[in-house]
Amino acid sequence: MTVAPPLVVLRDVTVAYDRHPALHHLTGEFATGSLTAVIGPNGAGKTTLIKAIAGLVRPVEGRIALNGMAPRDVAYMPQLAAIDDSFPISVFDVVLLGHWRRIGAFRAVTPAMRDDAERALSTVGLDGFEGRTFGSLSAGQRQRALFARVLVADSALILLDEPFSAVDARTTTDLIRLIGTWHQEGRTVVSVLHDFEQVRRHFPQALLLAREMVAWGETPDVLTAENLLKARAMSEAWDADALVCRGAA
Amino acid sequence: MTLLHEWLIGPFADFGFMRRALVACLSLALGSGAIGVFLVLRRMSLIGDTMAHSVLPGAAVGFMVAGLSLPAMSLGGFVAGLLVALASGLVTRFTPLKEDASFASFFMISLAIGVLLVSTHGSSVDLMHVLFGSILAVDDVSLMLMASVATVTLLLFAVIFRGLVAECFDPSFLRALKDHGGLYHTTFLVLVVLNMVSGFQALGTLMAVGLMMLPATAARFWVRQVWSLICLSTTLAFASGYVGLVISYQFNLPSGPAIVLVAGVVYLFSVAVGPRDGIVLGLLRGRHLRS
Repeated sequence: MTVAPPLVVLRDVTVAYDRHPALHHLTGEFATGSLTAVIGPNGAGKTTLIKAIAGLVRPVEGRIALNGMAPRDVAYMPQLAAIDDSFPISVFDVVLLGHWRRIGAFRAVTPAMRDDAERALSTVGLDGFEGRTFGSLSAGQRQRALFARVLVADSALILLDEPFSAVDARTTTDLIRLIGTWHQEGRTVVSVLHDFEQVRRHFPQALLLAREMVAWGETPDVLTAENLLKARAMSEAWDADALVCRGAA
Repeated sequence: MTLLHEWLIGPFADFGFMRRALVACLSLALGSGAIGVFLVLRRMSLIGDTMAHSVLPGAAVGFMVAGLSLPAMSLGGFVAGLLVALASGLVTRFTPLKEDASFASFFMISLAIGVLLVSTHGSSVDLMHVLFGSILAVDDVSLMLMASVATVTLLLFAVIFRGLVAECFDPSFLRALKDHGGLYHTTFLVLVVLNMVSGFQALGTLMAVGLMMLPATAARFWVRQVWSLICLSTTLAFASGYVGLVISYQFNLPSGPAIVLVAGVVYLFSVAVGPRDGIVLGLLRGRHLRS
């Protein structure tokens, strides 16, 4: 097996909101074809990291480089909470949005693209839901629809922000299987997660964050009791620090 | 039969100004049907309101320069509306102030300037004209203007429709794809201002938004898809215009408020008995569940 160059390279990346750093001096890389879980306490900068890679927030310091792919070829799945579920859009249209990088706002949707979307819906177990409005689905079904949109996008880099929050066990199992398929197809997947057991079982790589990197590497080496304790201590220490920073500013 | 004809069709057959007013209603309905639906979907109902009022100083400046000339007043109004939208957009973008608050602030400034200008340079009759409009005094030039605005609105809407829907539903998705969601939003705001300007001649800056919002909020209680919302909202707007004109003619009432009030009645009726989340149906369902 030849070693492909890393797909995402982070160099000393710091992201801040209102001068408070949410992510501090992160350096490292996501190998091409890797499957990584991003974990850490609340406010550890997990979502911020995903958003920074997706290009939604700009680092105040450091650089994020995508190797050999344009930013618009990244498939980014936001948290469900970031979506306006009262908007009357059909499930099929949501899935078709996955074609956006090919069709943009103005080009036509071809029959082949429609077939793609049909297949994706059936893959995630939403056969027959095409005409339903997104808002009428349960949380689990909405998440399935968003996964179908990622499927349709057919990207080499997939960023998932808390894909399993508020989702039942059966949906989680189905969707994890889908992530496994992506991994086998050689796509690079980065996902924010909370359930350590899930991470141990299904994600070969893990990145433990507490605003700074605590550990990054093979999951068994990352998810040690010592590292988790360290992460918690660091996130608490940072809160105290943040107050001092504000005083000085 | 003849009585019905006399009531419903007679006024339009007999008087040119009634015919023009009816066509004006149709133009307004065609343009503002879609605009209103998206204002509601984007939770910008009150922002639409503030935009309408912010047209006033521009219209006043147009009036001072060229007298009671609709093209001048419309151009002025358009510029003023755009300035308020632009200033509010900038403040929203670069400060923590939310969009509604920055719009409210700039529209108050704009409205005050407008009232000041009108009251020092015009008679109060002119102020009333700008505030309340006069759909019965619509001339051919204004009619052409309204029809043009409706045409431009529908065409541009077709162009930005997909982008607007995507941007409403999931803004971060578009931003991650490096698509300029802001462009759709900006085009939309320009269309809002255009339709306000088109509406103020007929309904006045105070109520221009009435024929935009009321049919859109009413439609929400009947249908649930973007395209059907737009169709129904346009139809309701035109129907309200027609019924309002008939009532104002037969009972000798001012036409602007009559039209908006009819739209208001349609809205209240929809809230009460609309099949989608209407109150009456909700009560029936509640009882059904309890038994």
